[in-house]
Amino acid sequence: MAINWFKYSAPTTFYGLAGKMIPWFAFSAAILFAIGLYIGFFVAPTDAQQGEFYRIMFIHVPASILSMFLYLIMAGYAALGLIFNTRLSAMMATAIAPTGALFALISLWTGALWGKPMWGTWWLWDARLTSELILLFLYLGFIALHASIDDPRRADRAAALLAIVGSVNVPIIYFSVKWWNTLHQGSTIKFSGTTMHIAMQQAMFTMLAACWLYAIAVVLVRVRSIILERERNTTWIADLPEVKQ
Amino acid sequence: MKKSTMLDLLVLVIRRDLVLAMRRRADVLATLIFFVMVVSLFPLGVGPELDMLRKMAAGVLWVAALLASMLSLGRLFSADYLDGTLEQMMLAPQSLSMLVLGKMTAHWMVSGLPLVLLAPVLGLQFDMSARALGVLIVGLLLGTPILSMVGAIGAALTLGLRGGGVLLSLLVLPLCIPVLIFGTGAVEAVSSGLSVASHLSLLGALLVLALVFTPWVTAQALRISME
Repeated sequence: MAINWFKYSAPTTFYGLAGKMIPWFAFSAAILFAIGLYIGFFVAPTDAQQGEFYRIMFIHVPASILSMFLYLIMAGYAALGLIFNTRLSAMMATAIAPTGALFALISLWTGALWGKPMWGTWWLWDARLTSELILLFLYLGFIALHASIDDPRRADRAAALLAIVGSVNVPIIYFSVKWWNTLHQGSTIKFSGTTMHIAMQQAMFTMLAACWLYAIAVVLVRVRSIILERERNTTWIADLPEVKQ
Repeated sequence: MKKSTMLDLLVLVIRRDLVLAMRRRADVLATLIFFVMVVSLFPLGVGPELDMLRKMAAGVLWVAALLASMLSLGRLFSADYLDGTLEQMMLAPQSLSMLVLGKMTAHWMVSGLPLVLLAPVLGLQFDMSARALGVLIVGLLLGTPILSMVGAIGAALTLGLRGGGVLLSLLVLPLCIPVLIFGTGAVEAVSSGLSVASHLSLLGALLVLALVFTPWVTAQALRISME
């Protein structure tokens, strides 16, 4: 029996699949958040140098990782949409952008909260902080460009091109910022070596998995509403039980 | 009939755009005056101490050049778009990337080159040394074409949109950060006695990269915006 690999690349079929998957992802994200926060707050020991403050890392690090990965995934979907002209890929890219921007913002915010007790300042022009800020600008540019074009097809394609140009630029920006910073001064604190306590690792990875699951669940919810909005004039939408009533 | 080569085409587009720019001199001058004004505002804002001014001169000049180049980007394709010339250009059998490269070059000659020529005069207001001024000019010569080329992508993407100007800056400014960093870094290196070669080489590398990729990307963006 031949499997149709492209069955779920059509919004019509994906809408139903996404609806079935959302509860699973959302539920497991909630459970993992609870476990991760419990280990992070009650099991993981106090850090020798940073005291209790280091615990903000359990949300800060996953948020930073996700903000970067989500940009790449978004650019990947955008490229797919541009090359193969699939409607769903462009919708996915649009759905990912706000979540990515949110994680970039969380990462900057928690970084500032962590920096105040540790470095004595809310903000340092450190290479990582600066590139995270620029990443947030790139997300906002993508969202703004998409929002200001009325024709959805043109909006998808223009924003996709911007995302691809941005993802090519991200390494250039990262290294230029890194070299720029080393010319001025080194980072005040370096986290060298990963001699992390086992409970800390567990909390970190649980939180990372929870953030991934949350991101997937939210993106699926958002892509479902984008599908409803874009295809509102089609018959299959009109036949949906939740639309009929 | 002689078949026109790529180079003929490039020269033709550049000459056409330069003539058009000369017919509307006020636009060109406005960009220049904006540049001079922004740079002159800084000493008024932070105080006249020469030590501080000397330190921030390169940064101020570069940021002002970046903003000034944003101002004129909106006009890069819009006039041709409104009167239908752009559509004809896309129908032409010649490569659209080449036409775009011509337009980028003309844009740089009109809005980038005057800034480079004016920068030393403004640098003197900030008490920059002769060597620092020289490096600043070389940096601007290498960097401002990149601003025009990366900016052209944004201009093509925002073609004919409401509030295109602000949006354009939002899209393009983050992408121009490496140019700003290496341009000011070169001048910084002079004042701290380091070699400027690495910064200028990196700027040159960025220029080559931009020269290869941006005309094609801009052509794709124009196709998306015009369809």
